[in-house]
Amino acid sequence: MDLSYSDEQKQIKEGVERFVREQYAFETRRKIAATDRGWLPENWAKFAELGWLGMSFSEADGGFGGGMVETAILMEAFGTGLVLEPYLPTVVMGGGLLAAGGSAAQKEALLAPMIGGEKQFAVAYAEKQSRYNLADVAVTAKKSGNGYALSGHKGVVYNAASADTIFVTARTSGGQRDEKGVTVFAVDAKAKGITRRDYPTQDALRASEVTFDNVSAGADAVVGQVDNGLALLEGVLDRAIVALCAEAVGCMDALNKQTLEYIKTRKQFGVPIGKFQVLQHRMVDCFTNAQEARSMTLMATLKIDDPDATVRKKAASGAKVQIGKSGKFVGQSAVQMHGGMGVTDELAVSHYFKRLTMIDTLFGSQQHHLTRYGNLSMAA
Amino acid sequence: MDLAFTPEDIAFRDEVRAFVKANLPPDIADKVANGKHLVRDDFMRWQQALGRKGWLVYTWPKKHGGPGWTVTQRYIFENVCADMNAPGIIPFGTKMVGPVIYTFGNDEQKARFLPGIRESSVWWCQGYSEPGSGSDLASLRTRAVREGDHYVVNGSKTWNTMGHWADWIFCLVRTDPGAKPQEGISFLLIDMKTPGITVKPIIMADGGHEVNEVFFDNVKVPAENLVGKEGEGWTYAKFLLANERLGIAAVPQSKRGVDALKQIARSETQDGKPLIEDQDFRNKLADLEIQVTALEYTELRALSAMAAGGAPGPEVSFLKIRGSEIQQRISELAVEAVGYYAMPYQPALLWHGANEEPIGPEHAHIAAPRYFNVRKTTIYGGSNEIQRNVISKMVLGL
Ligand SMILES: Cc1cc2nc3c(=O)[nH]c(=O)nc-3n(C[C@H](O)[C@H](O)[C@H](O)COP(=O)(O)OP(=O)(O)OC[C@H]3O[C@@H](n4cnc5c(N)ncnc54)[C@H](O)[C@@H]3O)c2cc1C
Repeated sequence: MDLSYSDEQKQIKEGVERFVREQYAFETRRKIAATDRGWLPENWAKFAELGWLGMSFSEADGGFGGGMVETAILMEAFGTGLVLEPYLPTVVMGGGLLAAGGSAAQKEALLAPMIGGEKQFAVAYAEKQSRYNLADVAVTAKKSGNGYALSGHKGVVYNAASADTIFVTARTSGGQRDEKGVTVFAVDAKAKGITRRDYPTQDALRASEVTFDNVSAGADAVVGQVDNGLALLEGVLDRAIVALCAEAVGCMDALNKQTLEYIKTRKQFGVPIGKFQVLQHRMVDCFTNAQEARSMTLMATLKIDDPDATVRKKAASGAKVQIGKSGKFVGQSAVQMHGGMGVTDELAVSHYFKRLTMIDTLFGSQQHHLTRYGNLSMAA
Repeated sequence: MDLAFTPEDIAFRDEVRAFVKANLPPDIADKVANGKHLVRDDFMRWQQALGRKGWLVYTWPKKHGGPGWTVTQRYIFENVCADMNAPGIIPFGTKMVGPVIYTFGNDEQKARFLPGIRESSVWWCQGYSEPGSGSDLASLRTRAVREGDHYVVNGSKTWNTMGHWADWIFCLVRTDPGAKPQEGISFLLIDMKTPGITVKPIIMADGGHEVNEVFFDNVKVPAENLVGKEGEGWTYAKFLLANERLGIAAVPQSKRGVDALKQIARSETQDGKPLIEDQDFRNKLADLEIQVTALEYTELRALSAMAAGGAPGPEVSFLKIRGSEIQQRISELAVEAVGYYAMPYQPALLWHGANEEPIGPEHAHIAAPRYFNVRKTTIYGGSNEIQRNVISKMVLGL
């Protein structure tokens, strides 16, 4: 067993940490968040140039042969700087769907330019009524000529406004919550019949409500198999969960560092507040929580490629539960230990707290994943 | 001992209900019900209506112009107001500086300041905290130097709630830097329009503006605005903090919060069924409701002890601790209940009459901002760590 990074992985880590240090000072991030797109094309070009967009794809797919470990290295560093560029929706989710289910033609048309930095993606799976059930799909794809016509509404689709291609789950057969009958389509974001309502999110990212009104998709727009898209999506989102967990670990580390520094320097009653035992213990619990989160994320990173789907699902859900729990504790504690300063927009603290809060919801809450984990683990 | 209301109490409740129904402007009730921001004028309209009736300063004794209500009546009044979506009464005049003035002020000050508080024609704010003095309030450094018939004030205060709407500020200032920290502090009333005062907004995590920094640059304050004796300000401040901690339990608001949460859980769905039917979520709601009940009965015990003649003692600290934690828990469960629709950020919707459609269900956009915002409740009014210190020392003798 060896849980240390290879030399190559260390280099990636140093590179992305340098990027965050040099390009993502908190005030710079604030400015980036306020731009129209909410992220910087220069940064994206740099991601492409440094090979980060293709890092985790096989060489056959035009990537550099890395995997989940490399993705986690990048995401963790992004978390420390609250990086806004849409790596998760474009590379991990959209790219992930193509890598796992795309045809050779789709990979050539979409994945290759994505790796080159020329295309961005969004994945539209959640619906107003669906909560975290990926099978609860009311968007329909009706046979129409040689292809399909898609109609319905998808909610809180990250990066839809910047995406060139939107991957969308639609029902090709079965009832609204049947596992069978869900199909993944890749549609041009500018296709006729797509309307968007764009908005910023609580954590300064961008998302959209996307409505499909008889959007035509050819048979070649199907990613993977017709009616069997759920397993494809679930597998990709499990990877996205691990990536998100790595981001959360980065957030927690940054937050703990800032809080520790604060309680060492902020004085009340003539001493640094870090001298008060109750804060010392709380800081220790923050540290412990971040460590547990890191451990669970590592576990999931290493198990996510397990051929046994149950192992993979349990790993992702277990890590997600841990990240939710730890993120809440670390976030709330950081705010509390900063006193009034913690609830201001001025300090980065509240921004990390907001991101950690949204991370707890994204791809399913603690409760959702606890249930999923429990059902898998107790099923003898 | 008897839990049931007497016929008089029931008649009183009906009277309060009728009054609120007739006098609470519907636009204000609507804002409160939907969690919209209130502006100065909203608070003022409601408080002035209460003032005309003589109910605004409902905790004051008769001799200072209060209604002289029993503890039960106060409890009924607070609950009816919260149930009917009346805005919370701003405590700075009514629960803080008012009682300090009628307890420690001179007759002139009582005649000058109490009517404005009773009628809500004057907006007060609290100037205690400073950038360097939060939990350790007694270390405050804003300096007041006596020069003839006035003081000259220099320094800065911070976290001033609604200071941007205030006409007057009550301040703790240092008058004797040579004395022990607690002994060199005085209690000054300062007109916010005095030259040399600047108010600068602090933006909160939810994007809202409710607190400010207040800077004093050679501000001349007439010596007659000193409350009580020079150097005794700390005693008055402590008296006031005890009052502050009592109201801060926010039981009626939390009861309403739980009701609202149930409503949300009924309308949210999961796998085609209402979320409220989900056993896990339901258990969380039940647990919360039990916590609120424990808090309510604790507060009733404290009120009943006060009715029997006791003053609020250090034990009221734990009402603040639990009250604030419960408010936070309510907000946390709201975020959980709304799922993905906690994510869209729509600050415009926090204002009445916004020309924007909510992205998710009507109740969703406010969940996350409120969750972020109410983190403040375990920090202000003496942080929960400080409250626990107080209890361990004063109550448990540790
Ligand atoms: C929204 C809001 C509104 C406010 N409104 C007003 C107002 O209108 N007027 C006003 O005067 N003030 C107001 N305050 C200020 C409030 O009273 C202070 O924020 C509070 O006293 C804490 O002080 P601080 O922020 O400086 O934190 P600090 O005192 O620096 O505390 C930081 C952390 O250290 C902990 N700590 C400090 N000392 C100890 C100790 N001895 N033992 C254990 N832990 C300790 C605290 O609990 C906290 O977790 C407001 C604050 C907020 C956030």
